[in-house]
Amino acid sequence: MASFLDAYATPKKDIPRRAYLTVSTLVAAAILALWCALSYGGLVRSDFLPTPDEVVTAAINGIADGSLLVNTSVSVTEIMSGFVIASVFAVPLGILMGSFKIAEAALEPVTNFVRYLPVSALIPLLILWVGIDIEEKISVIFIGTFFQQLILIADVSRGVSQDLLDVSYTLGANRRTVVARVLVPATLPGVMDTLRVTLGWAWTYLVVAELVAANKGLGYFILNSMRGLFTDQIFLGIMVIGLLGLITDQVFKLLRNWLLPWAAG
Amino acid sequence: MTVIATPKLRIANVALRFRSRGGVPVTALENISLDVEDKEFSVIVGPSGCGKTSLLRLVAGLIEPTEGAISLDDARISGPGKDRGMVFQSYTLFPWLTVQDNVEFGLRIAGIPAAQRRETAKRFIAQVGLNGFERLYPKQLSGGMMQRVALARALANDPAILLMDEPFGALDSQTRSLMQELLLDIWQASHKTVLFITHDIDESILLGDRVYVMTARPGRIKEMVQIGLPRPRTVDMLTSDAFIAIKRRIMHSIHEEAMRSVATERPAADG
Repeated sequence: MASFLDAYATPKKDIPRRAYLTVSTLVAAAILALWCALSYGGLVRSDFLPTPDEVVTAAINGIADGSLLVNTSVSVTEIMSGFVIASVFAVPLGILMGSFKIAEAALEPVTNFVRYLPVSALIPLLILWVGIDIEEKISVIFIGTFFQQLILIADVSRGVSQDLLDVSYTLGANRRTVVARVLVPATLPGVMDTLRVTLGWAWTYLVVAELVAANKGLGYFILNSMRGLFTDQIFLGIMVIGLLGLITDQVFKLLRNWLLPWAAG
Repeated sequence: MTVIATPKLRIANVALRFRSRGGVPVTALENISLDVEDKEFSVIVGPSGCGKTSLLRLVAGLIEPTEGAISLDDARISGPGKDRGMVFQSYTLFPWLTVQDNVEFGLRIAGIPAAQRRETAKRFIAQVGLNGFERLYPKQLSGGMMQRVALARALANDPAILLMDEPFGALDSQTRSLMQELLLDIWQASHKTVLFITHDIDESILLGDRVYVMTARPGRIKEMVQIGLPRPRTVDMLTSDAFIAIKRRIMHSIHEEAMRSVATERPAADG
């Protein structure tokens, strides 16, 4: 018994790959089994918990009538627009904010104020300002991600070692060269990680954005299904979001290893 | 025309004062004067917190003295420049550049044509014994190899003086010995002017023509020891009587300082 504890209960110790995969699979299977037991066993009313096959049927129907694809593509468009616009501004500003005190003085107080505002509290204002169309969704996602990105990227930039900049000066670099050839490349791995994490957060703001005044999109799809007690569709919507989140996360991981092989691993 | 012999590097009456974060005035360096002659290997040895790193950063032009002046070849230093190449204790290779591109960095900034750049870099990579490692990234190298590349990168720029801030301080003792031998070989071949900083007495004696012993807080030069050991030097000399006699003298000097600094109980802020 002691040897079992040694092998599996020592902090930070690696376990055999097979054991790792077995545990992962078992837990996933257990959750699925619990779902099956609760739904097929009639322990929970089907209004509240659909059976797995009902969700699969909802998916097939959604694909067949095109509604799933339309809603997904609307949501993906909103997310990507908001996220890309936020990133285009947050990356350069964050790098400046982390390494230039003057930029920090200008941006940090405002950013720290705005980033603790719940985005949902701004929605009424956004509706007044930009209406209820896609602009409102993009604005919510932009506000939800931009300020977080700014703070995180500023930290990445602040973390670039002073010695790395100093050695560049002693090699003949001037300020401009140090910023362009040393500071910026040194932040890239951290910037990629920040983008990856904040893209995940962007998905959570999507649903918030679509809870109000939407007629398309996955958030709308979920909300609308609730009104008719179509729990199978609610499950479907949630799973699609989860799946898309997982895919974008993996894409980002691959992209990082491909673009920044020197920082991989 | 008369030639007046001026030293390669002259540090004259330099003091460095600043306010700590709590607003307490700190004198890091006081009344520092020393000359480094052309082709001479000078070492500054002192306890941690004595300000020796600050002194090297002053020479590099990365910080400015509160008093006094530092000049290289009679020209006053007013900022960092490639005539003073520096090797840091921390690993400062650019992680996104290969060994080859790291060594070429300074040459590229200077606008040297690619072919010449490549040839120069290759030569210095060979000199530090890293033939065949040109295409690797820093994360694929050991600590000792990274410091070799850092040395090659500084040398490739052909600086007038090489500043070394405890460059082997983070290495294990075997690797450190190898690096000392490598540096001795390179110096023997090039006779580069070097200003080297360490807290390791053995290292200071083994490498230096002159060793300056620094006091702690405020940092001052306590004494200068001329190291008469013959060159070329090898690590075997570490156990010779002459070596041990010098070591005893420097140890005694540093020990006095360490005791004094403990007795006054003033917290050390930097290396």
